[in-house]
Amino acid sequence: MGGSEAWISSVITMNPVSYQHNKDSQTDNLVEIRGMSFYRGTRAIFNNIDLTIPRGKVVGIMGPSGTGKTTLLRLMARQLQPDQGVIYVNGQDMATLSRDQLFIQRRKMGMLFQSGALFTDLSVFENVAFPLRIHTQLSELMIRDIVLMKLQAVGLRGAASLMPSELSGGMSRRVALARAIALDPQMVMYDEPFVGQDPVAMGVLVSLISLLNKALGITSIIVSHDVHETASVADLLYLLADGEVIGSGPPGKLLNSNDPRVRQFMQGQPDGPVPFHYPADNYRDQLLNPEAQ
Amino acid sequence: MRLDVLDRLAGFGRSGLGFLQSLGRSGVFLFLAIFSRSGFTGRGTLLIQQLYNVGLLSLVIVTVSGLFIGMVLGLQGYSILVHYGSEGAVGQLVTLSLVRELGPVVTALLFAGRAGSALSAEIGLMKATEQLSGMEMIGVDPLKRVIAPRFWAGVISMPLLAAIFNVVGIFGGAFVAIDWLGIYEGSFWSGIQQSVDFINDIGNGMIKSLVFGIVVTWIAVFQGYDATPTSEGISRATTRTVVYSSLAVLGLDFILTAVMFSGL
Repeated sequence: MGGSEAWISSVITMNPVSYQHNKDSQTDNLVEIRGMSFYRGTRAIFNNIDLTIPRGKVVGIMGPSGTGKTTLLRLMARQLQPDQGVIYVNGQDMATLSRDQLFIQRRKMGMLFQSGALFTDLSVFENVAFPLRIHTQLSELMIRDIVLMKLQAVGLRGAASLMPSELSGGMSRRVALARAIALDPQMVMYDEPFVGQDPVAMGVLVSLISLLNKALGITSIIVSHDVHETASVADLLYLLADGEVIGSGPPGKLLNSNDPRVRQFMQGQPDGPVPFHYPADNYRDQLLNPEAQ
Repeated sequence: MRLDVLDRLAGFGRSGLGFLQSLGRSGVFLFLAIFSRSGFTGRGTLLIQQLYNVGLLSLVIVTVSGLFIGMVLGLQGYSILVHYGSEGAVGQLVTLSLVRELGPVVTALLFAGRAGSALSAEIGLMKATEQLSGMEMIGVDPLKRVIAPRFWAGVISMPLLAAIFNVVGIFGGAFVAIDWLGIYEGSFWSGIQQSVDFINDIGNGMIKSLVFGIVVTWIAVFQGYDATPTSEGISRATTRTVVYSSLAVLGLDFILTAVMFSGL
């Protein structure tokens, strides 16, 4: 374990409310998706897919742009409803939960949004303290300590008094990560966590995700385009394309896959069966025909 | 030709269904926002904060408008009544016009323009920047945390603002009638005292304000929450808030007036 990993680990394991969530394990799989389809208009984003997220593992969900990776996270959190199929989280069918039960279930989840989704009227400190103030009865002193530990873990303790408008995109996402793990959830969903991060911050984030998983047993779901970083931290990868799971397994298996679609994505090849272009009419015809849209 | 007519009919049908769907969604939205248990602490603080944003910050525009409308009513009333030798009834005219109609209606229109549009824009922007989604993922229901305090602040603020509008308007009318036009002070105030009934005039006016408060704030928070999360979507939502609120206030005013005052 390197120096940076050691201090992150020490910071995390100091947390007084850690480990409590591992007691309510019901199944080996934290998330199970069975026969799920989801449409936007007539376009199938997912077509009868099955997917399993094992408890306590780091799972990467990868695929070309527009394949519905973020949509999949929103479906797991029931911010969207599937048109067909079932999504179980913690053994519970998400579709059957009442609104109040859903919000109780979501307290066990953390989500890092692409945009950060920080509350713009609150400072960095207050953003991270927000879930603690809402959901716990901890003293102000305890909340202060936890917030500073979480900010220290993402390298932004010194930015505690700044407002979100004073942060860069990468810093916003790191603050959002600190907020997402403030309650030590069972599961953290990371939506493009590596975008906009400098190499140092990216390395620390990869270590942090890994250590959160090892130290607290948090199940991590990473949606990302960054093959190298995601493969380095994930126990299991899913590759999505054309509304289907085109590949799944440990990173080594996918990196050495003979499936042309999997190989093209994992090795970043420009030519192959996975199209770069969004479906469109013939390029030449469209240029030569002014009537065409 | 026949197809054209059928297309138009289908268009009307779609618009009607869209309107009913929107009405249904806004009804469920309001029900969930105000009748479900809150599940978090600090509701009082949030309500006070919104009372400040929605109510107190609207006070200047309401006060200034009330003053000028009261002064105009005093001038117009005098210019008509003086022909009949009834200029002493200016106080009665100003007060009844304000407490029955102009107070609740103009306050509601001003409120829709200032606070209603601000509520829609704020909530719409929170949606566009995923702050509402972020709140949901923290396990906090935005309907309870964001919508309910703003809704209740609007409902509480409106009658209070209308009452202040009325009082300032009456003093504006008194200033013009007594200090400028020289109407006898005693007849101005005694006319008000004799003609204004607390229940029928002031009470009904306050009921109107309360109804307008519910409707305007409901429209404002729903339009913000339902806005398309783009800059154009937020712009449309704020415009819709002002237009729908104004139409709803004027339409409801007629209905409420017909119910409350037609028998008097």
